Amino acid sequence: MTRRAVARTLVYLSLIAASVVVLLPLVVVLLTSLKTEQETSNDTGALSLPHDLLNFRNYVTAFHDGRMLSAFGNTAFILVVSVGGTVLIGSMTAYAIDRFTFRLKKPVVALFLIAALVPGVTTQVATFRIVTSFGLFDTRWAPIALYMGTDIVSIYIFLQFVRSIPVSLDESARLDGANAFTIYWRIIFPLLKPAIATVVIVKGIAVYNDFYIPFLYMPNQDLGVISTSLFRFKGPFGAHWETISAGAILVILPTLVVFLCLQRYIYNGFTRGATR
Amino acid sequence: MTRVWRGLTPWLFLLVPLAFLITFTYAPIVNMLAYSFTDWDGLSPELRYTGIGNYTELFTRPDLFEVFWVSGYYLAASVVQIAVALYFATILSFDVRFRNLFKGVLFFPYLINGVAIGFVFLYFFQDGGTLDSVLALLGVHSDHAWLGTPVSANVSLAGVSVWRYTGLNFVLFLGAIQSIPGELYEAAELDGAGRWHQFRHIIAPGIRPVLSLSVILSVSGSLSVFEIPYIMTGGATGTETFVIQTVKLAFQFNKTGLASAAAVVLLLIILLVTWIQRRLVPDDKVDLV
Repeated sequence: MTRRAVARTLVYLSLIAASVVVLLPLVVVLLTSLKTEQETSNDTGALSLPHDLLNFRNYVTAFHDGRMLSAFGNTAFILVVSVGGTVLIGSMTAYAIDRFTFRLKKPVVALFLIAALVPGVTTQVATFRIVTSFGLFDTRWAPIALYMGTDIVSIYIFLQFVRSIPVSLDESARLDGANAFTIYWRIIFPLLKPAIATVVIVKGIAVYNDFYIPFLYMPNQDLGVISTSLFRFKGPFGAHWETISAGAILVILPTLVVFLCLQRYIYNGFTRGATR
Repeated sequence: MTRVWRGLTPWLFLLVPLAFLITFTYAPIVNMLAYSFTDWDGLSPELRYTGIGNYTELFTRPDLFEVFWVSGYYLAASVVQIAVALYFATILSFDVRFRNLFKGVLFFPYLINGVAIGFVFLYFFQDGGTLDSVLALLGVHSDHAWLGTPVSANVSLAGVSVWRYTGLNFVLFLGAIQSIPGELYEAAELDGAGRWHQFRHIIAPGIRPVLSLSVILSVSGSLSVFEIPYIMTGGATGTETFVIQTVKLAFQFNKTGLASAAAVVLLLIILLVTWIQRRLVPDDKVDLV
């Protein structure tokens, strides 16, 4: 073999090795989710195949006893409201900052900028008291307020886009008698579609997967989101790996579907979101 | 009248965002600083000023300070993570068969719910779980309790963190590499530069900003690890991290004052790291206006 061929083989080998490392833990959990209680307790090894590949009983248990339906409902509600709010708040802020000159503009911008450096986990002890004092504790509004209020990255993304929209569009609309709100709502907002897609994807995934905030702010069982509901599997299903696995797969599945459908946008979203 | 109205317009747009920003970011920081000098339990109506008592307690009680060493495991893991991500981003930015498939496989873990990942890997490290079965398949019969001793538990958890976050670094690197104009490679190839030279002289400089961003994300991430160890071990067997400790202090033991001091220390460290990084690698893209 030539040197080049050896190098190529090594490249493919490393790619296959990485894929195995990524996929194996997931595939095993998928297999486990299809096993019966006996099969998992018989200790036939994690890699053995389930007898019946279409045994979905664990999924029914997980979905029903794990209260996954209400979990998906709560997650969907929080997701829609907070992502919608983030889009509105982010685009309004970006519009105001880019299209107007006003006193105190620099300090206002600095406030947003510095906030981006403060990691949310560090201030939770004090944020908790504030959320409680508003009476939001143990309601779905606590995570919604926190997700909407502290997203600086989306403001960055919107700002980049607002800047690329020519000011002459605003001016001609203004000559036609449009006021600032009409301009924002009729001209700027519709042109922000690519930025909105990015923010919806990045924010949506973050909200769907977040554990910390719902865990701290919504201890009530009825308010479980998918993260906290799945976490509660640890208690009642303790050693029932077949049920826990089914729960985990139930939670991963929607992500996989969304990922497969929106791949390109998701990559772009993350590149844009993180590097601003 | 219209002038007043015009002056007010931007504030009408900024009213809600600023209200959120101040209520949920700045007010907590100010309060947290104030709490950190008291012995407040989070419940009683009065709080007693204790000066820097909480801070001295934090730095002199070894059991409280110990958690910082746990971050070392995650810091080491992020070195591995960045190296692996850089390697795969480089090879997948050239022509490789099934490129999009490999891209998807490598990135997907980043999108998975943290609790699900926690359970997947609890099973992975179980006695007779995935890892033991694979090792048995390879002829290695281990009787190792992977999450049983502090060192092996922390290494295992840091490994999960590599599994989870490599995809993000990988996609960021890939995006940066692809924004390098293709002519540069062609010119380099004409000059007879091999892959290594192309990497060294074209790719490495081209992705410097993203690389430095990844380093800072890794450092602050390593200091504020919470999810995976909390879900998998609950902080047992020496896997308690700084954030787990703070959450426990504040919400289980009602030591709001001490927890606030801990959070202030963490915040200061992260701000310091960010500041140093900005000094070392000035990034002109960051200015907002």
